Amino acid sequence: MNLIQIRKRDELSLAKERIIRIAAVLLSLVAAGLVIMILGYSPFEVFPSMVKGALGTEIRLQQTILKAIPLVITSLGILVAFKMKFWNIGGEGQILMGALGASYVALNVEGLPKPLMLLLMGIAAMIAGGLWAFIPAFFKARLGVNETIFTLMLNYIAIKYVTYLQYGPWKSPESQGFPKVATFEDYAVLPSLFGIHAGWLIALILVALVYFFINHTKTGFEICVVGESTETARYAGMNISTVVIISMLLSGGLCGLTGMIQASAVEKTLSASLSAGYGFTAIITAWLAKLNAVAALFVCIAFAVLLQGGMYIQISMQIPAAVADMMQGIILFFVLGSEFFLQYKVSLSGKLRKTKEVA
Amino acid sequence: MEGFLAAAVVASTPLLFATLGEIITEKAGHLNLGVEGLMLMGAVMGFAAGYETGSPWIGLLGALVAGGMGALIFAFLTVSLRANQVVTGLTLTIFGTGFSSFIGKNYVGMPVPVSIKEAFASRGVPLLGDIPFFGPVFFQQDLFIYGSYAAVILGTLYLFKTRKGLNLRAVGESSAAADASGVNVTLYKYVHICAGGALCGLGGAYMSLAMMAVWQENVVAGRGWIAVALVIFASWNPVKALVGSLLFGGLSILGFRLQSMGIHVSQYWVDMLPYAATIIIIILSSRKNKKENQPPANLGNAYFREER
Amino acid sequence: MEAMKAIEMKGISKAFGGIQANENVDLTVFNGEVHALLGENGAGKSTLMNMLSGIYRPDGGTVAIYGREVAFSSPGDSIAMGIGMIHQHFKLVDVMTARENIALGNNKGFFTRAKELSKEIRAISDRYGLDVDPDKKVYNMSVGEKQTLEIIKVLYRGAKILILDEPTAVLTPQEIKRLFRIIRNMRDQGCAVVIITHKLNEVMEISDRITVLRRGQTIGTVNTKDVEVGNLIEMMVGKKVDLAIKKTKMPEPKPELLQVDNLSVRNSENKLALEEVSFSLYGGEILGVAGVAGSGQKEICETIAGLLRAEKGRIFFEGENILGKTPRDIIRLGIRMGFIPEDRLGMGLVGSMDIVHNLILKDYQNQPGILLKRGPCEAKAKAIVERLDIQTPGIHHPVKKLSGGNIQKVLLGREIDSNPKVLITAYPVRGLDIGASYKIYDLLNEQKAKGVGVLFIGEDLDVLMELCDRIMVFCAGRTTGIVNPEEVTKEEIGLLMTGGKEAQI
Repeated sequence: MNLIQIRKRDELSLAKERIIRIAAVLLSLVAAGLVIMILGYSPFEVFPSMVKGALGTEIRLQQTILKAIPLVITSLGILVAFKMKFWNIGGEGQILMGALGASYVALNVEGLPKPLMLLLMGIAAMIAGGLWAFIPAFFKARLGVNETIFTLMLNYIAIKYVTYLQYGPWKSPESQGFPKVATFEDYAVLPSLFGIHAGWLIALILVALVYFFINHTKTGFEICVVGESTETARYAGMNISTVVIISMLLSGGLCGLTGMIQASAVEKTLSASLSAGYGFTAIITAWLAKLNAVAALFVCIAFAVLLQGGMYIQISMQIPAAVADMMQGIILFFVLGSEFFLQYKVSLSGKLRKTKEVA
Repeated sequence: MEGFLAAAVVASTPLLFATLGEIITEKAGHLNLGVEGLMLMGAVMGFAAGYETGSPWIGLLGALVAGGMGALIFAFLTVSLRANQVVTGLTLTIFGTGFSSFIGKNYVGMPVPVSIKEAFASRGVPLLGDIPFFGPVFFQQDLFIYGSYAAVILGTLYLFKTRKGLNLRAVGESSAAADASGVNVTLYKYVHICAGGALCGLGGAYMSLAMMAVWQENVVAGRGWIAVALVIFASWNPVKALVGSLLFGGLSILGFRLQSMGIHVSQYWVDMLPYAATIIIIILSSRKNKKENQPPANLGNAYFREER
Repeated sequence: MEAMKAIEMKGISKAFGGIQANENVDLTVFNGEVHALLGENGAGKSTLMNMLSGIYRPDGGTVAIYGREVAFSSPGDSIAMGIGMIHQHFKLVDVMTARENIALGNNKGFFTRAKELSKEIRAISDRYGLDVDPDKKVYNMSVGEKQTLEIIKVLYRGAKILILDEPTAVLTPQEIKRLFRIIRNMRDQGCAVVIITHKLNEVMEISDRITVLRRGQTIGTVNTKDVEVGNLIEMMVGKKVDLAIKKTKMPEPKPELLQVDNLSVRNSENKLALEEVSFSLYGGEILGVAGVAGSGQKEICETIAGLLRAEKGRIFFEGENILGKTPRDIIRLGIRMGFIPEDRLGMGLVGSMDIVHNLILKDYQNQPGILLKRGPCEAKAKAIVERLDIQTPGIHHPVKKLSGGNIQKVLLGREIDSNPKVLITAYPVRGLDIGASYKIYDLLNEQKAKGVGVLFIGEDLDVLMELCDRIMVFCAGRTTGIVNPEEVTKEEIGLLMTGGKEAQI
């Protein structure tokens, strides 16, 4: 350990920064490849197969995009919260509650023209998701309660509650064997645009809106300041509680909207499995994107490729789904670790010194 | 009633190990949200090692090593590379879940070998096991559970009565003060994060080797997260962790008990109980303001000596 | 007989990123002497000593302790060689007791033996004339007690070489006298004592020899009895400087800008941080605030600025009661008050943002609409950088990367820009070098000349006495006196700081 000297870096040119980040991603792929080899498969078959599986045909490309959409919107929600150093781990629950809100409208409101119906569903979803995020935000703002655990617990409660509805009061009489909620009528289903449901357009619009919100509005500015230092925010006269609550309503609302889109366009019903881990994956993508809305778009697309490719090789090469989880983890470990090299410089010290008598 | 409490003790044991492990990690100043992943890794490796060899001790060793190794990844990333602890911990959970699912594929549904079942059968402690009421509840349990009692006692002694424990607490409160006093902060963090992880692994292994005695997907089912909350409830104190785990152990089996008593409660509301209770607990805990009940002051921060 | 060289540092160099903190520095300290390491803020004194304490490693050069060449890789090594460093910012664990802090890091034995430890602590305390309660928790201790604890801690570990980093910065004059008595005691017992300081009068009083550093280089080593303050200044700064601070006399009558009436404030632990404080601040004056750290200075600033809620009392700004108004209200109401807090990056600025956005911090609330407009602040940023000569690669550079002096200028520039009537500054020159400090004094005097009422919280009594028109002394949340610096001595202020007799102009 004596030979290694670690020093904080002063400045890092943009070029060097990019090199280190790309090196991290490449190294992570190498490491993932090694793990694949250890498990008995050939990375030279697996990686190309994954890419083929994600982008090879039109159908597969559609599947990739279908995975990217919820990831993008949820990531936007997560990054708004994270920018304020509010660790919202409750994406899963907020998605589900949003789906629940939208489903309630879809199943109980009739006679409205489709666009209005969808709008109402979206609003219901955002309110439901927003409220689900508001609860922990309120307790954090008032009592300083740890939001990580609170949001996490609310995930479980949301899952259980939706399951309860699915198996109980909302169970469709038509479902045989496996209980499910009634399928939405056509007027509650999101239309297609160029072959994929309109969610992609919504996602792109939201990316632009969130980017604009964070960088060009006063509230966005307040969120950044509160995230960096609550003391400074107080000093500048910001109402911290309000900022926390607004950003969490937004965060939960975005996740809730994901729920609506998944329920309306993909599942066409309410199901406890609809959040499918997006709430957790979005944390990773948001972090990788350094909490930047536009970067999040690209990171999510890349991740969607990974997810879709992972599903494809399950079938084509009989590789279990768990492997994809592990690969996600390995890639992220490497990227997390690479942050270090951006901030610190490691060098080997020139001489090995020993204590000796001096005459 | 005794039966219910005895069952509560059993249900509390995985929580207790995981909570103790996380207490040690957090005393070192690091917040490891990968407890769930570590428990799963310990559960699967403990099961696999025990199943293949038939030896309960190899099984335990497997769990300890798995938990320790998983925590080592976390330690390397957060101590040496100063990565963000929240995200790293979550990643560890994702990785650990995938890992345990993958390794466990071959063992799904398989019961534990007889030799292990016997090793972890109930044994009464002479004298203590005969105390009315408390005896059957606490002292007619399996070896694993007695191990958990030992862990609580040793943990308390270590943290509050030994020099090394003092050094550890200082590392978590003020790494700068510990460093300036000659404590090897990096070493202490590594050792204790790994030790904490090993304990979490042990908690997972209890489920696969003793409590359920069979391997199934997601055998840990969210207990790792409850453990993280219990650490707060316990104010980072091993004895209070014991109390908290018992409480939650009881809650988690309350549903079954009520149903078996003929009280019809919807399965889902019962399932929600532990999580709702966790929420209530962290809300109540945040009102305790005494300085000694606060988290270690340096929790969540990486330490760099040459910080200017 | 020649005295033994306790410390011999030759050709020491150390750089941080692009900054050369120490360049080819030589230092020799003998047993049985008090050696002052003198230089202004940023000269590299702490850096040099941190290499002795094992916190930093030199890039080049050699270090010999008692004749043996050493290479410390951690504080443990340094402690093992008998070096004890008492840092400027105490390295103590707040929630632990004195005894636990002393036992920390000492691995003799497995269990902590409280009784034995207390006996050993008592022995050391008696021998050196120190006093500490082993069972007292650090967060309950005064600054003086904490320093005493740090000293006992290093003595317990067997230190024969003591290094004290700016020890008097936070002490009252009486505590300084006590400290010097202890230092002399140690010197007489054969220890080597190094005292890092930038205070010339103390150097003259306590040291035997002096080594002066300037911009990371050794300028020279002298015997204290052979030099005068003027020589030292010249060595420290590089040229003859008149260290007197101008004090312009403002004409009467001065308008009463701020009136604090019977203010009581509780802190987060529900203890009274301010107790029935009353005073007035007039335009065209600098009112200094003196006091031991934690006497209520932070609270008086923050309460006036609207950051803390008061239990009772009133604060009048130009006749209007502003107590209970939040900073938001104060900005919105157009009340022109500037506040430069003690914690520059933690409260006054957003470190990761640039100057432009830090200006927006104060400005945006009065912009109409929901959009953030950066244009006006960009222009303002350029103007402020030029007017105050702020050294920065650009107005879009994150402020936390600027040097301490420049950060302070950004803060001051922003607050002055809004043309405040009242300016509150807390420890504005802490950590700044002489050049930067005097610029700040000039800026404050400029404000005073414009009729602004300046509240100046400071820790250096000499500076306070030279700069301020009146000095208000706080002790344990109460004002113990408001004095005219031309009519009192430092010792009298010191007495007021610790609760001695009351004095009013």
